[in-house]
Amino acid sequence: MGSSHAATYPRFLWQLFKLGFEGTWRFYAWMTVLTAVALVGANAWAHQVVEGMGLTGMSDHVSWGLYIANFTFGVGLAAGAVMMVIPAYLYDDHEMHSVVLIGEMLAIAAISLCLAFVLADLGRPDRFWHLLPGLGRFNWPISMLTWDVIVLNGYLLLNLHITGYLLYMRFLGRKPAKRWYLPFVFLSIFWAVSIHTVTAFLYSGLGGRPFWNSALLAPRFIASAFITGPAFVILLLQVVRRYSDFHIGDGPLRTLASVLRVTVLLNLFMLGSELFTAFYTGGAHATAAKYLFFGSHGKHGLVPWIWSAVAFNVASALLLHLPASRTSKLVLNVACALAFVGVWIEKGMGLIVPGFVPSTLHELVEYAPSLTEWRVTAGIWALCLMILTVSIKVALPVLSGRLGLQGTAPARSPAHPNPTRAIPPTEPAERSAAPVAE
Amino acid sequence: MTKVNRRVALKVVGTTLGAGAFAQAMAPLREWARDLSLDEFLQRHYRELDKEEMERVLRRLEEETAAEYGRDVHIRDVRPMEDVQFGYALNLSVCIGCRRCAEACHEENNHDRATNNSYIRVLEMDQGSFDLEQGNATYDHEVPAPGKYYLPVQCQQCDNPPCVDVCPVQATWKESDGIVVVDYNWCIGCRYCEAACPYHARRFNWHKPELAPEDINPDQAYLSNRIRPAGVVEKCTFCLHRTREGRLPACLEACPTGARVFGNLLDPDSEIRWVLENKRVFVLKEELGTRPRFFYFFDE
Ligand code: SF4
Ligand code: SF4
Repeated sequence: MGSSHAATYPRFLWQLFKLGFEGTWRFYAWMTVLTAVALVGANAWAHQVVEGMGLTGMSDHVSWGLYIANFTFGVGLAAGAVMMVIPAYLYDDHEMHSVVLIGEMLAIAAISLCLAFVLADLGRPDRFWHLLPGLGRFNWPISMLTWDVIVLNGYLLLNLHITGYLLYMRFLGRKPAKRWYLPFVFLSIFWAVSIHTVTAFLYSGLGGRPFWNSALLAPRFIASAFITGPAFVILLLQVVRRYSDFHIGDGPLRTLASVLRVTVLLNLFMLGSELFTAFYTGGAHATAAKYLFFGSHGKHGLVPWIWSAVAFNVASALLLHLPASRTSKLVLNVACALAFVGVWIEKGMGLIVPGFVPSTLHELVEYAPSLTEWRVTAGIWALCLMILTVSIKVALPVLSGRLGLQGTAPARSPAHPNPTRAIPPTEPAERSAAPVAE
Repeated sequence: MTKVNRRVALKVVGTTLGAGAFAQAMAPLREWARDLSLDEFLQRHYRELDKEEMERVLRRLEEETAAEYGRDVHIRDVRPMEDVQFGYALNLSVCIGCRRCAEACHEENNHDRATNNSYIRVLEMDQGSFDLEQGNATYDHEVPAPGKYYLPVQCQQCDNPPCVDVCPVQATWKESDGIVVVDYNWCIGCRYCEAACPYHARRFNWHKPELAPEDINPDQAYLSNRIRPAGVVEKCTFCLHRTREGRLPACLEACPTGARVFGNLLDPDSEIRWVLENKRVFVLKEELGTRPRFFYFFDE
């Protein structure tokens, strides 16, 4: 038994590896573009390491910028991607099962993105090993950042295990043993919540930064994770459907859109509550919000950003509540894209940066990302998309049963036994929304 | 058959090109890696170094300074004294906002000349208000200006320092005499402490510091004023290379009005104790629970 795995597992990996280099011209073109962007980013990062972080737009006043903003957003994306597990397993929605794996692969790519952004933000990446438990000096449990290191890497391993195991079983043509993945799936739901909660605590735990020092930060992070994850997956599933022969029904799209309908409103509601508290009370809590939304002392750097974010989020909420969003893919897709970008701005230029403006001594120093930062950022996103593309690409033939130990299996797979068993559009909305609303 | 071969050839070419492009993109790192010595890379945390290892590290740092900055310096490892808790107080009634303290800090601590860095920021405040929001740290006119008073702010050496709590690698900690220090050779440059400090006391080395040989203060300590590497955080250390040997901080000596009082909080005869017992002192942002060891007071 053991020895047979020792033989087939490497074969499984080798097959996947080979598959990663096979593809249509579209695949090659897409990967070439991504590689080029990633290389530009790598080069910009190399310069940053050599010449110093001064190449970024950050300063002692605004000491975190685009990198940490993207890191925060990426954690949300990773957490949100796995939320699809909830309808699939908790409510035994079978049609979701096959797309859950895609969500988990998105989580893997997103966590890689987060880790890359943390690395890009370090002034001394050569001392990375100081962070390794055992080798360095890990300031656990006091430092929230050490918690983040633990939960993010744990989450990465968890998702690697689940996807790896399920794919391998499919490859062998065997039924996966529940005890080898179900406990991990449930664990990953809690874990998904934990990664974004801990990330929120990074900021909300700082008493000297009134803009972040709010108990609502963690719930807001979770709500926005439930936006970015489903929004991205809705778009991703359609891409997969379009460019592969892997069958994905409309059911999962509808389920995810229902989740989205609730979370966009929830997110706006919480943003509104924060703003009410800030502006009605005034004082230290309001100065950053005032600068963010209206500018102060003649400085308006973040005003266009935040109003675009608000506009995007509101527009997406409106679109999602139009009846057309249920019938027209275009409306749905535009709403998803708006929500995705809206949250991206809100979490970054709308949350990380204003935490530093005004500074703790109330100096108003503005921040704008430098070209180096934009390059590195684009490069890391390209890297993340490469990971995502390749992993989905190699997983699909296994999932649909075309790649297996026996070589060629029938294309129709047990992953989607009955595509016609679509879920009625309205009913699952309440079901999947329930865990969100709490 | 030929089609398959062409595919394989294309893949090989593509992979080679990709690898070559990657090497090219990362080329700047090669020089940087050459400058990074293995000893430096593998150096342990300050508190894990025994006497001998510390000696070797200090000599290596001196050599590096000589090679990179063209100046022979002496770097010591100055440890805390027994039964000493340092405290600092500042008389806001006499401070005139001349920023001599900030300049003295700049020179004493081998700060980057290009950015005119200093651990001290002086805020110009409106008479009759303690609202930091109305303060101005970039004033540029004759002092003292009418209707204004001046509030110099530097590291408050918090007894409950948030900057220490957040550091993921324990690169910053509170010493037994109350001074919060950074191991510049252990800090990974994440700047979490900079976000956590409520007093804007920390600085990051965005570039390698620029110093002419003649500007360098050669009297240096590992935990305080030695020239910092790029990419790490630094902060005020109450001039521990001076104060732990019985001297006064450079900022105090430079102050023309005698606004600054420094000393051992455990010594009942010290001036700092007299101030704490006889003046109505206060600390900045007391509500945050950081318990600063830096006190302010006005003359009655
Ligand atoms: S003032 Fe800032 S840097 Fe100094 S000990 Fe307090 S928190 Fe740390
Ligand atoms: S910048 Fe350095 S000292 Fe500050 S928290 Fe990060 S590792 Fe610790």
